[in-house]
Amino acid sequence: MTIKNLDNRALGCVKTLVFLTSLLPLAKLGLAAYVDDLGANPIEKITHVTGYWALTFLLITLAVTPLRRLSGWLWLMRLRRMLGLFAFFYAALHFSTYLVLDQFFDWDAIGKDILKRPYITIGFSAFVLLIPLALTSNDAMIRRLGGKRWKTLHSVIYLCAIAGVVHFCWLVKKDLTNPIIFAVLLSLLLGMRFFFRFLNADKRKGTRHVVI
Amino acid sequence: MKTYKPPAIPSSEITPQALFHARRKFMQMAGGASLAAIWPQALWAADKLTDVKKSAYNVAEELTPLKDVTRYNNFYEFGTSKDEPAINAGSLRTRPWTVTVEGEVKKPKVFDIDELLKMAPLEERVYRLRCVEAWSMVVPWLGYSLAELIKRVEPTSNAKFVEFVSLHDPEQMPGQKTAVLDWPYREGLRIDEAMHPLTLLTLGLYGEVLPNQNGAPVRIVTPWKYGFKSAKSIVKIRFVDKQPVTSWMKAGPGEYGFYANVNPEVDHPRWSQAKERRIGEFLKRKTLMFNGYADEVAGLYAGMDLKQNF
Repeated sequence: MTIKNLDNRALGCVKTLVFLTSLLPLAKLGLAAYVDDLGANPIEKITHVTGYWALTFLLITLAVTPLRRLSGWLWLMRLRRMLGLFAFFYAALHFSTYLVLDQFFDWDAIGKDILKRPYITIGFSAFVLLIPLALTSNDAMIRRLGGKRWKTLHSVIYLCAIAGVVHFCWLVKKDLTNPIIFAVLLSLLLGMRFFFRFLNADKRKGTRHVVI
Repeated sequence: MKTYKPPAIPSSEITPQALFHARRKFMQMAGGASLAAIWPQALWAADKLTDVKKSAYNVAEELTPLKDVTRYNNFYEFGTSKDEPAINAGSLRTRPWTVTVEGEVKKPKVFDIDELLKMAPLEERVYRLRCVEAWSMVVPWLGYSLAELIKRVEPTSNAKFVEFVSLHDPEQMPGQKTAVLDWPYREGLRIDEAMHPLTLLTLGLYGEVLPNQNGAPVRIVTPWKYGFKSAKSIVKIRFVDKQPVTSWMKAGPGEYGFYANVNPEVDHPRWSQAKERRIGEFLKRKTLMFNGYADEVAGLYAGMDLKQNF
């Protein structure tokens, strides 16, 4: 076993660790709710925290491929599904917070929000687009769809991440610092993909390249 | 007998003054922040305001607890998140403090804050506070009608608007080190709005002088308008003949108008204003026209298109 190729036992440990770590933001939120430390506007706080982590996990998921490429650690790919599902998990919590705590099933207001308010339109679309990805994230669905079609379907995650960042940009009142940090990181992750594709194309042509 | 001579301190050992102050400031800030986090509310030891008159302007609604009023603030001078003002506002020095009143007035004057505290009898007024972000509170403010000050400086017939300018000092207001808004913060009212008895020159809340994060030592409260209209930590009041351009109008002309009257029928371009979350409540409540002060203020806007003049 090397750091590049973990055996099953080591990978199992890593997965458990990542799983538990990914639950920390929720645990922290739960604890704060329990000791009544969510501030004056708890619903707003829960909405912001779950939204922040949904977006963060989307970016972490998108970081897996470039990281594997740079490090050569193949096992990183085996974490990607779990990380993607955590992105969906926090997005679902974020949406449920809006639906239950914020609007309390006021369908009329929700409908108006989705139609009339661009940041909600785009945020809601991003969430809806994540649903088929979460549903087809198991091995059986990969087999059923076939690798190529599955891959095409799952490239929708790029769209979801972009939509998520735009959603964040459009909702803040004035201080765009945090949305811009997300936007820069996302551009970096997407940019790296273009760069790698360009390198691959070059390789196929037989040109020699110094790889970083 | 030998007299004791203190050993000379090599100059290399002497901390430069700037560093000394920076360190001291850091310690104060760290101390302030941790105190703010653990200190029981009762020990904040704010100055009590006495001789407070009861007022006719009280809404019979449950008061928002002091801890929420003082820890959930929009005061970008101390940071853009709502918990930052309570943490950072310790650096604001509210004494000495003067408010310069100038412009289209017969008797321009510089008021000392202690003079303002005694100029007219303080009243406690329980007002609704509606933020443009669709949350609301109920706050027992202390102060008196701004009209009391206005009549003392005798505005000329050219005084059509009043502009309020807040303190600009990035050392005291660390949020001003970032250009989130065009500092200093500016707000304004039409002269009849400024003269309206509801417009409160505010010096305290909950029986005490204003906490720094709530706009100490003197601010405006216009309860029928969104919260951002109520300028905080005011250093200048100018009487002018043209409608001033306020900080938020500059920041987002399509989103924040000069009037900013609470109006459930005119949405913010990015969110609805039909409902609001009262801090401490679970279900949203309906937002009232002019924040429930329509009987008092609707007349000021008779014949105006409130969609245009948002």
